[in-house]
Amino acid sequence: MTPLAFRLDPTLGAGWRLSGLLDWRHGLALVLAFAASLAVALAQSAPPVPRPSALATLVIWLPFIIRGFLLNLAMSLLAMILATVLGIGLGLMQISPLAPIRLPARFVTRLLRNSPWLVILFVVMYVLPVEVRLGGGARVPLPDWLKATFAFALPVMGNISEILRGAVNSIPSGQWDSAEGLAFTRLQTLRWIILPQCVRRAIPPWMNWYALLTLSTPMASIFSVHEAVSNAQAGMEAAGARPDLLLPFYLFLLVLFFAYIYPIAVWTRSLERKYAVA
Amino acid sequence: MLEIIGPFFRDLYARTGLNFNVFYDPYEYGRFFNGAAISVQLILWSLLLSLVIGVVGAWVQSARSAALRGTVNSYIQAFRNTPPMIQLLFFYFGLGAFTPAVDMGGYSQPLVSSFAWAIISLGIFGGAFNVEIFRAGLQAVPEPTIEAAESLCFSRWQAYLYVTLPLAFRISLPALTNNLISLAKTTSLAYVIAVPEMTYVLNQVWSDNVNVPEMMVLLFVFYVAVVSLIASLLHWLERRLALPGYGQ
Amino acid sequence: MPWPDETAAGRANSLDRGDEPIVLLRDVHKSFGALEVIKGISLDVWRSEVVCIIGPSGSGKSTLIRCINGLSPIQRGSIKVAGREVNDPKLDKLALRRNVGIVFQQYNLFPHKTAIENVMMAPLKVLREPRAEVEKRARALIAKVKLTGKEDSYPGQLSGGQQQRVAIARSLAMRPEVMLFDEVTAALDPETVKEVLLTIKELAADGMTCILVTHEMGFAREVADRIYFTEGGVIVESGPPAEFFSNAKDPRTRQFLSQVL
Repeated sequence: MTPLAFRLDPTLGAGWRLSGLLDWRHGLALVLAFAASLAVALAQSAPPVPRPSALATLVIWLPFIIRGFLLNLAMSLLAMILATVLGIGLGLMQISPLAPIRLPARFVTRLLRNSPWLVILFVVMYVLPVEVRLGGGARVPLPDWLKATFAFALPVMGNISEILRGAVNSIPSGQWDSAEGLAFTRLQTLRWIILPQCVRRAIPPWMNWYALLTLSTPMASIFSVHEAVSNAQAGMEAAGARPDLLLPFYLFLLVLFFAYIYPIAVWTRSLERKYAVA
Repeated sequence: MLEIIGPFFRDLYARTGLNFNVFYDPYEYGRFFNGAAISVQLILWSLLLSLVIGVVGAWVQSARSAALRGTVNSYIQAFRNTPPMIQLLFFYFGLGAFTPAVDMGGYSQPLVSSFAWAIISLGIFGGAFNVEIFRAGLQAVPEPTIEAAESLCFSRWQAYLYVTLPLAFRISLPALTNNLISLAKTTSLAYVIAVPEMTYVLNQVWSDNVNVPEMMVLLFVFYVAVVSLIASLLHWLERRLALPGYGQ
Repeated sequence: MPWPDETAAGRANSLDRGDEPIVLLRDVHKSFGALEVIKGISLDVWRSEVVCIIGPSGSGKSTLIRCINGLSPIQRGSIKVAGREVNDPKLDKLALRRNVGIVFQQYNLFPHKTAIENVMMAPLKVLREPRAEVEKRARALIAKVKLTGKEDSYPGQLSGGQQQRVAIARSLAMRPEVMLFDEVTAALDPETVKEVLLTIKELAADGMTCILVTHEMGFAREVADRIYFTEGGVIVESGPPAEFFSNAKDPRTRQFLSQVL
């Protein structure tokens, strides 16, 4: 049997993967469920006091919810940039031949990867101050959403560090040997030979983590950050806290996130297939 | 239990100001213990449900009916590409509004508690990932091996039971382990629907007693301990079931 | 040392013609979709006969073997094994496969079971024979393929040749009347090819009916009673090895032999 027999497809990866059997029709199911819930809500609201239907309420609050969703996206993009930069740094530390650098880096990576994201969020929200005092007496406020963004970046940073370590280790040792034979220093080898090869195979898992990051941004609503879920809940409160609003509003949120994440998942999957030859 | 460790922590508080009152105050200890119990149960039941859904889903995906396959695929896509926190809210508030309530004489208690909804939501969420894992595992069993089984007179069902399933399970185990560990960590989200698991309980404790840093450390340690335990268990299982000779 | 459970008929060294060939193919046609790979093959195999099928790749040899034990269905013609019509839609495939054992090029052992468990599995689970008896027979079979001491090794821990011999023992555990070998040495290194061929040679010498698809011409010349040459989905020529290798009649046969010998 070849060595690859009885093993899972390596592109299945170590983390959660969002792409599976992707088909736009599956998204339809979600949209249909959403429409059905609206219909149910409509049927339910035949009250003595005339009031707007669930659909009308949702439409009224739509812009507000979308504004909140844009904050989710902003947080996710910012957090991803932060996580990538810090993660690459941590990853490079993890592969350092110097133990005093490597071991703490390993420890931090493991800690970040093994902690629940919610707990990290709690810690960051409490630990980071409300404002930062800089040298010249300037005071930079740290709004809640910024603190939350940092909190989301941390676990992803740990995972990116791990992706980098895995990618570097998967480069055949022959590459290092030939680079050494050509008198490259270790840093030069990394910069010109190893890392460029890693980038390609690291992109699909990187995109997958971006999607997972985005899917965890609603946690910020726990701390009253005005993102999509907070705004939706505020809207429901303002419209009278009616029970028939619950299903349509939450379903709408699900559809909203799905509409953003699903195309990313499809794209990730196609990139995976493209790079899978290596 | 409290008599043994209580004095140490009380002493620690007196000397250093580190207030781990959950370990010396009976009331707080009670809350801590209940929170731990709920967390552990939540994790166990969610993992179990996700496994069952994973197995059933993978089996349905090999069904002949395209409608069945399409339904399972839609379910997978819907739950993999949406935030788990919103799924929890959707189940508890959205669907929960439809479940009947039991009249307890004076107040009505919903038939399905927040704890139950958390298990349902998290189990369905985890199950969506497991279906893919199990399906890939089933597909990874080489067709020639099944042919060999059939050539040895195993019926289709026997070949499935004695050859395909054991091999598919062993092949899936590494990826499954990762998913289950991730799911265990995600259960902390049950906080948002007020399930009194560890995060919620310790939050209450530190709100009442203003010993936030200590309780946060404890929260961290608790989850790292539980996750490490589950990880060790699953890795032990992986090593035990590994196919000898096809190692890493 | 005789093979465990050989039949009286099997012990005969001379060909026992009996009433009917044990394997009978008549005008077999097989297509994969639009592509026809077997275009009308007829051949007889008598009990205790050793038949080798040789030919260029794509000539339909492996497909033919797989049709004989029912792994691939045929579109036209008839295949009869020990009196059972393989093409019959109502055929109990399991009953057919009790009589026909097959060894594949890729051994296909069950990697989650040890060598001896691989050999014991089918008799235990399918035939439901008592464990003590099955174990005794399995150990004897493993000894016969010269793998004593490797009973508790897993397939992943054995070499290709060792795995192939376990595969042979596994098929023999079901006490078939006919053994099919589908290019069983093609995936092995030259050193291990010899040990497998030796096993097959002993099996043949003890009277088992064998149908081999093989590239090993030397082996075919030594062991076969009859050789069939297939090309383009039909049998071009056949004959006893002495005549076949030195005096082939058809030009296509001659050309193939000149390339491989």
